[in-house]
Amino acid sequence: MTVQEIFETMDYGSAPESAGDALAWLVDQGDRFGHFIDGRMTDPGDVFESRNPADGDVLAHLSQATQSDVDAAVAAARKAQGKWEKLGGSGRARYLYALARLLQKHSRLFAVLETLDNGKPIRESRDIDIPLAQRHFYYHAGQAQLFDSVCAGRVAHGVCGQVIPWNFPLLMLAWKVAPALAAGNTVVLKPAEYTSLTALLFADLCRQAGLPKGVVNIVTGDGAVGEMVVTHPDVDKVAFTGSTAVGRRIRVATAGSGKALTLELGGKSPYIVFEDADLDSAVEGLVDAIWFNQGQVCCAGSRLLVQEGAADRFYGKLRARMDKLRVGSPMDKSIDVGAIVDPVQLQTIQRLVDGNTAGETYQSAAALPESGCFYPPTLITGLSPADPLMQEEIFGPVLVGTTFRTPSEAVELANNTRYGLAATVWSENINVALDIAPKLAAGVVWVNGTNMFDAAAPFGGVRESGFGREGGPEGMMAYTKPAVTAKALSRVVGFSSGPDAEPQAVDRTAKLYIDGKQARPDGGYAYDVFTKTGKLIGQAPLANRKDVRNAVEAARGAKAWAGTTAHLRAQILYYIAENLAARKDEFAARLNQMTGARSGAKEVDVSVNRLFTYAAWADKYDGRVAQVPLRGVALAMREPCGVIAALCPDEHPLLGLVSLMAPAIAMGNRVILVASEPFPLAATDFYQVLDTSDVPGGVVNILTGRHDELAPTLASHMDLEAVWSFSSSDLSAEIERGAAENLKRTWVNHGRGRDWFGTEGEGAVFLDAATEVKTVWVPYGA
Amino acid sequence: MQTATDKQTETMQLPQTLEPRNPGMDLDLDWVMRATANRSAIERRAATLPGRRSVKKVHQAAWLCRAITCIDLTTLAGDDTVGRVARLCAKARQPVRADLLEALGMEGLTVGAVCVYHDMVEAAVQALNGSGIPVAAVSTGFPAGLSPFHLRVAEIEESVKAGAAEIDIVISRRHVLTGNWDALYDEMKTFRAACGEAHVKAILATGELGTLQNVARASLVCMMAGADFIKTSTGKESVNATLPVSLVMIRAIREYFEETGYRVGYKPAGGISKAKDSLVYLSLMKEELGDRWLRNDLFRFGASSLLGDIERQLEHHVTGAYSASWRHASG
Repeated sequence: MTVQEIFETMDYGSAPESAGDALAWLVDQGDRFGHFIDGRMTDPGDVFESRNPADGDVLAHLSQATQSDVDAAVAAARKAQGKWEKLGGSGRARYLYALARLLQKHSRLFAVLETLDNGKPIRESRDIDIPLAQRHFYYHAGQAQLFDSVCAGRVAHGVCGQVIPWNFPLLMLAWKVAPALAAGNTVVLKPAEYTSLTALLFADLCRQAGLPKGVVNIVTGDGAVGEMVVTHPDVDKVAFTGSTAVGRRIRVATAGSGKALTLELGGKSPYIVFEDADLDSAVEGLVDAIWFNQGQVCCAGSRLLVQEGAADRFYGKLRARMDKLRVGSPMDKSIDVGAIVDPVQLQTIQRLVDGNTAGETYQSAAALPESGCFYPPTLITGLSPADPLMQEEIFGPVLVGTTFRTPSEAVELANNTRYGLAATVWSENINVALDIAPKLAAGVVWVNGTNMFDAAAPFGGVRESGFGREGGPEGMMAYTKPAVTAKALSRVVGFSSGPDAEPQAVDRTAKLYIDGKQARPDGGYAYDVFTKTGKLIGQAPLANRKDVRNAVEAARGAKAWAGTTAHLRAQILYYIAENLAARKDEFAARLNQMTGARSGAKEVDVSVNRLFTYAAWADKYDGRVAQVPLRGVALAMREPCGVIAALCPDEHPLLGLVSLMAPAIAMGNRVILVASEPFPLAATDFYQVLDTSDVPGGVVNILTGRHDELAPTLASHMDLEAVWSFSSSDLSAEIERGAAENLKRTWVNHGRGRDWFGTEGEGAVFLDAATEVKTVWVPYGA
Repeated sequence: MQTATDKQTETMQLPQTLEPRNPGMDLDLDWVMRATANRSAIERRAATLPGRRSVKKVHQAAWLCRAITCIDLTTLAGDDTVGRVARLCAKARQPVRADLLEALGMEGLTVGAVCVYHDMVEAAVQALNGSGIPVAAVSTGFPAGLSPFHLRVAEIEESVKAGAAEIDIVISRRHVLTGNWDALYDEMKTFRAACGEAHVKAILATGELGTLQNVARASLVCMMAGADFIKTSTGKESVNATLPVSLVMIRAIREYFEETGYRVGYKPAGGISKAKDSLVYLSLMKEELGDRWLRNDLFRFGASSLLGDIERQLEHHVTGAYSASWRHASG
């Protein structure tokens, strides 16, 4: 084309990035890769092809790891871990800093390799993925440097098994590896089989940085390798980013193993546009939300909710914008939408869209390349929540949408999903935006922007989008554990029957406590409670699954509790303490009578003190403002989890119950407490204290009965956000497995005891478990 | 709209009559007050745009030639003389060295217009005689726009009488800052009427409007009052044309077109001095408004030093070697 011709057409032409250096690097490595184990690349084994999705070319041959490869990688990580942790925070900081520097020095090589391998536009890998990966290593070099002071009392898990997805290959590696290393863990990482190349280039950097052998190990292969990594008996902590289906399988596979687990899974994130929004900017935001990385983003704003009055104008603007998107060779610097990662993924997108008959489908007029894995930017409007495409994650450049009338309807529609990863709100009205943001079931909320990320701001989901946070000090929590070594907990059993019943002046019937009322058990059964000497002192109801159902419904109904002020919750906790203290002698006698010990008075005192502690914490366990590179604020807010069910410690019937109840309700949760199984009567006395302390009905619900019978119902209950178990019955595996279906949070004791009277029995770990971190990004500018 | 014949006339740089003039409309305050502009989001879009569109090699040369045709070559200095203006006009006729234009196959290329103060209009008209290059006059008490209203109107009439085909008026910033949209509308409407056949560019002086929302609203009011072009700045404010301001103004133009069917032109002015900047602006126009706005009847740069950088880049394109400023004729 001549200058004269282009002068008339004003076409962009192409602006190709050179692939030369990246291809040369692959050739230098022989185009065949083994695994990175114990500081060296192994010889290639059974290989599979890694292709460029834009043109189908084979880029390299990668090895499918075998069990012995994974064993070797885990062994190398294990061997290296002690020394790595003992190196200390500042020693580890030097290595993380070196890795950050090396990533920066080779930034273009990484960017080009990423684009060749993944199909994402070079602009994105160059301007977003790689700089964010560097930022993560810089930030965590700082976390390592400060580790010994900031994370005092916490230690590394040990060996981390990490499995990452193909949509942000190097960035997800950075999110996983940097905090793990900063905290003193060593890692075995498995990149996605479609996109392992930048991980292998990163292995090269580890060598250049002089990272001690075995600190980072990388094994390649498909999901079978991932399974070997996450189920490996010598892996202490598993971190996974990927689909909800696989996350669920990992939850099941690791249940009861004692492995720590964080999951960052799928999403169907709402993108809410109010009529007073800057509509043009909201349209542009969608380009970054759903056409970023071809829509293959777990937190993609894929569900558009527009206020009715603005919908037609907004759709018009959106369609016009879609026509301007350029779809094509990812290596072209002027391309907006590149290639779908693999033909398999392309077929999935096609199948989902073709299977939809509802609403109106609009596809961008942008020309598509004739070959390669490409899909046009697509908008489907006029859907209803009942349409499958409004619920299912598509993981492609397909936006679906509907309209709403009022702010409350926007929230209702937004939260009508099993997922809860991210959400976006557009409104020029600060009242609207800041009212809506906390109401959205999501780990991240962006106000008047979208897909903003930073190492200092926690990222992660709620509901079936997983649990755990990455980034910020909250992310460091996921790679550390308290420094205590817990002793094994043996089963606490009730005393058995002797010849005599303890005489009661007037018969007392202990009941369940549901919705602020005493309730007889649905089954109509009770079990006997004896003293050490075998005297019958009372009967406790045997709750069954229907009682669980009723208790959860009551707790769900008490949602106003989450919206009360922290000051009020503190006042109520103090009031409970006051009323308990007033009945100290009676409770102490009851405890001594049930347990046959003499520590009743002390247990009541500590319980009162514990209530004071959490009354104190109620208005002090704040969130924080994350230091993100933005004119604006990123608030890491602490929100209640929701409804938490807790199987209370058997050994301390009152203190155990109070130790779980108090932090939970202090943070705004509602609880279902399953009382100590052998010694249930302190709990049934305790509801009288609750009754006199202004605790609203449904906030605290108390069940008694057999832990092993109630645990499966609680674990699998879809309307619970969390289940905790400190029961002396061995229920951890059962609970973790049962929790997989709705991916509720679990906190179980894995058969280990806890000193409930001491510092282990209260504090930050309880508050952390009782809260979710929601990161609300609010960029501003007059 | 665009026919082959039109294109030919356009490359000859005749005054543009392809587009029906914006007749204006009644002031629609509901629409004006609905306009919002989220600064952070607009800045993000503006910041990423240069990285999203890259124009290279022969395409870059062609785009730079297009940019030249969109330049309002400007001199607005107190020491302007007839001789100085004549030199500028000579440069306007031959903006790029002849051998380079020949190598590019772009012989006959000229700038979009020459922009001067009223007193220099006659000199410029004379110097440009026969070239087809229009003369634009800054007017209405430029740059502050605080002289008596009747004199501002009279100044327009004088400049038109002297041969200016385009009038760059300045709005009263105080009308925007006090939210007196009726007054702004009436003022602009009077200016437009005074221009007669001459096209009118409304200078918003965006650096003095305080917020992007004000920029959006002032843009709409001026278009409703019949502006043919909206223009960012006089070049005399401390902040002149920026990408975020441009984004707000051209989105207003887009919305005005969608509502009324009339295309209003856009002129960023002040601070655009690099060839690369001109490419970013052209891609911004292409992305947000479409190819139709890449012609000089709808897009102008108000610039004095931009041309020099473009000349150097074009020579680099032709020879492969980096150029020097003294190899190109001064204006």
